[in-house]
Amino acid sequence: MFKIARKKVLSSTVQLMEISAPLVASSAKSGQFVVLRLNERGERFPLTIASTDKEKGLITIVFQIAGKSTLQLSTLPEGGVILDVLGPLGKYTDLTGVKNAVVVGGGVGIAEIYPEVKELVHEGARVRTIIGARNKDLLFFAEELESAGSELFIATDDGSAGRKGFVTEILKELLDSDKSIDLVLAVGPVVMMKVVSNLTKPYGVKTLVSVNPIMLDATGMCGACRVTVGGKVKFGCVDGPSFDGHQVDFDELMKRLGQFKELEGLSKQKYIDSLKCEKCRE
Amino acid sequence: MPLIRKKTEMKKQEPLARAKNFNEVALGYSEEEALLEASRCLQCKKPFCVEGCPVNINIPAFIKLISEKKYDAAVKKIKETNGLPAVCGRVCPQEEQCELKCIVGKKNEPVGIGRLERFAADRERESGSIEKNAQELSKEKIARVAVVGSGPAGLACAGDLALLGYEVTIYESLHATGGVLRYGIPEFRLPKEILDIEVNYLKQLGVSLELNVLIGKTITVPGLFKLGYKAVFIGTGAGLPSFLGVPGENLTGVYSANEYLSRINLMQAYKFPETDTPVNIGKIVAVVGAGNVAMDAARVSLRLGAEKVYIVYRRGEEEMPARKEEIENAGEEGVIFHLLTAPLEIIGDPATGKVRALKLIKNKLGEPDASGRKRPEPVPGSEYTLEVDTVVSAIGQSPNPLVPQSMPELKTAKHGNIVTDENTGETSVPGVFAGGDISTGAATVIAAMGAGKKAAVSIDKYIKKSL
Ligand SMILES: Cc1cc2nc3c(=O)[nH]c(=O)nc-3n(C[C@H](O)[C@H](O)[C@H](O)COP(=O)(O)OP(=O)(O)OC[C@H]3O[C@@H](n4cnc5c(N)ncnc54)[C@H](O)[C@@H]3O)c2cc1C
Ligand code: SF4
Repeated sequence: MFKIARKKVLSSTVQLMEISAPLVASSAKSGQFVVLRLNERGERFPLTIASTDKEKGLITIVFQIAGKSTLQLSTLPEGGVILDVLGPLGKYTDLTGVKNAVVVGGGVGIAEIYPEVKELVHEGARVRTIIGARNKDLLFFAEELESAGSELFIATDDGSAGRKGFVTEILKELLDSDKSIDLVLAVGPVVMMKVVSNLTKPYGVKTLVSVNPIMLDATGMCGACRVTVGGKVKFGCVDGPSFDGHQVDFDELMKRLGQFKELEGLSKQKYIDSLKCEKCRE
Repeated sequence: MPLIRKKTEMKKQEPLARAKNFNEVALGYSEEEALLEASRCLQCKKPFCVEGCPVNINIPAFIKLISEKKYDAAVKKIKETNGLPAVCGRVCPQEEQCELKCIVGKKNEPVGIGRLERFAADRERESGSIEKNAQELSKEKIARVAVVGSGPAGLACAGDLALLGYEVTIYESLHATGGVLRYGIPEFRLPKEILDIEVNYLKQLGVSLELNVLIGKTITVPGLFKLGYKAVFIGTGAGLPSFLGVPGENLTGVYSANEYLSRINLMQAYKFPETDTPVNIGKIVAVVGAGNVAMDAARVSLRLGAEKVYIVYRRGEEEMPARKEEIENAGEEGVIFHLLTAPLEIIGDPATGKVRALKLIKNKLGEPDASGRKRPEPVPGSEYTLEVDTVVSAIGQSPNPLVPQSMPELKTAKHGNIVTDENTGETSVPGVFAGGDISTGAATVIAAMGAGKKAAVSIDKYIKKSL
């Protein structure tokens, strides 16, 4: 059993939780993730470790309410418990030697880039961070990213904060004006990572993305998370989640992510109905 | 008494009924049936069956106790060397081990040793004697030992070490114990309740279980020694799935057998949406491979409503590695076999990325290859296509690479298996022992248990030497 030590609502669809998991906290590094299972009937699902507090034995996760499991997680209170937490999983992202990085976060990816931004700053790199969302209300972590020591750029679809438009427009300007950028790191929706990778390719700038395929055991035993990288089959859970964006087959990744869509929708709807039902009984 | 030529039949659920449910297929012996079967044993002075058993159960002795109706004593006799008789009685390939060697089997059908083993163990469980039979152990412990992985190798090693007086902790990465017994072998072949009872028995012996700990990531093996463990046993199994290596293997609807079976067994997707984990079972499923894993995947598909299920296997009937009993069961339930056939390509719908068909080619058998079996060779011009919407790859698993990757000083062989001394389980690192599928590659439950038991003996020696 793993206790939820703190919970914070970041936006209408995004929440942050600090979970007590001392063993995970003590060995986690940037880019790694955990797999959660909420209860006996629950599914196993991965979430990136956004930060750790090794002394207090806490890990921070930030999640977007999407399917049944994240919806159910969002209903758990501070002090509540999660049945299973396994981690840290995946390879950590090696950022040594980077001098001038642009880090792009979209949606819930904004939280996931936080440990990497911190590490890059720690490595002595210049770090510019671009975050994007549909509107101002869906943005979060701006202060954290700035106080971590990065220059912050914001893009929203409706212009309610920062620049109106996409993160890639800002990225393109940076790439055009600064030829010394040696790493672009992008975390967010698959479409965003694909567009970023397509954009950086002609500039020849190394681009890392963090993929989010469907996972089951997340320890390399099932291969549900297969991703084609440079024409080779890789497992997102043990070979990744960080891969060279210029090599990832994003179209295949999107198709594979949609593989259980109907069933996932069914599961979520059933849960929503059961919540309504609980309310009507009260 | 006149010799009875045939094994006493064990009742099974009717094929058509059982292909639609997850209840156990084979129903076990009644007392009368067990007594009848036990009477077929000749009580040989030099029992060859015992030689055929990887953990050398004293087979004539336990069969004699059954025929004397001393059932508790019979199961105790088995447990002197095998802690999981209810499991082994169900899943061991007896036809290649004890029963292959049985004298009666020279001219007639061998004694049904496995069925009798199951009978004794089931009887103990059903009469509630398991707890009564658990031994009182000393509170004083010799030292602490960590066991990595809770499959049969880990469970057997932990149990024996506990009996020898050690404080044992099992670290398991999944949220449940049992390894393949939990996530791989389906309920209808091995009810999970049996596994739970065996694991509870270990807990009674004082073994602690730490789930959700991935050794190599959450804690490393050197980290375990820092925590005060004097020795470590690695029984992490062969969980790394192989894929077909043909075009189309990442289409949706293509699963590794591990994914397919884990969704269904470990995550209980067969109860979806009561449980949260989904699985898409198509109307027409092709399972590639013909081992136990393949049979399980095929039979599970039928139970989840597939209309047609094919086994596609590149060699012939004789070469199928699955247990004979399970091949027969699969056939009776309606699985269709495409033997001497190999996949060339999985064809998908370009728009959706979903599987649509499987392109196959016929094989003929040529000269024997390195494994001694005749090498399958493609017959030119014999290509054909089978319409399918689900493909399951069950062509083998290799050893789990995580622990070796996190420990470069641990010697591994070509296929990633940890190099161990066959008799002691010692690895290249002092104090680190290994056994089961992680050192042999995918093998059997009983071989894994045997390796776990041998390692327990050498761990005991190793620790006592250094005390
Ligand atoms: C579907 C299927 C059907 C089978 N049918 C039969 C049969 O009928 N008869 C038979 O004799 N054999 C059968 N086998 C083979 C048999 O199950 C295996 O040979 C046996 O389970 C191996 O035991 P093990 O303890 O070595 O490993 P496993 O059973 O694989 O257990 C390894 C355990 O270690 C855990 N683990 C792995 N890495 C780590 C880590 N780094 N840290 C912590 N824990 C870890 C795993 O989660 C797992 O629980 C079958 C196998 C499969 C897959
Ligand atoms: S070889 Fe057969 S007949 Fe002889 S003791 Fe063993 S089981 Fe009995």
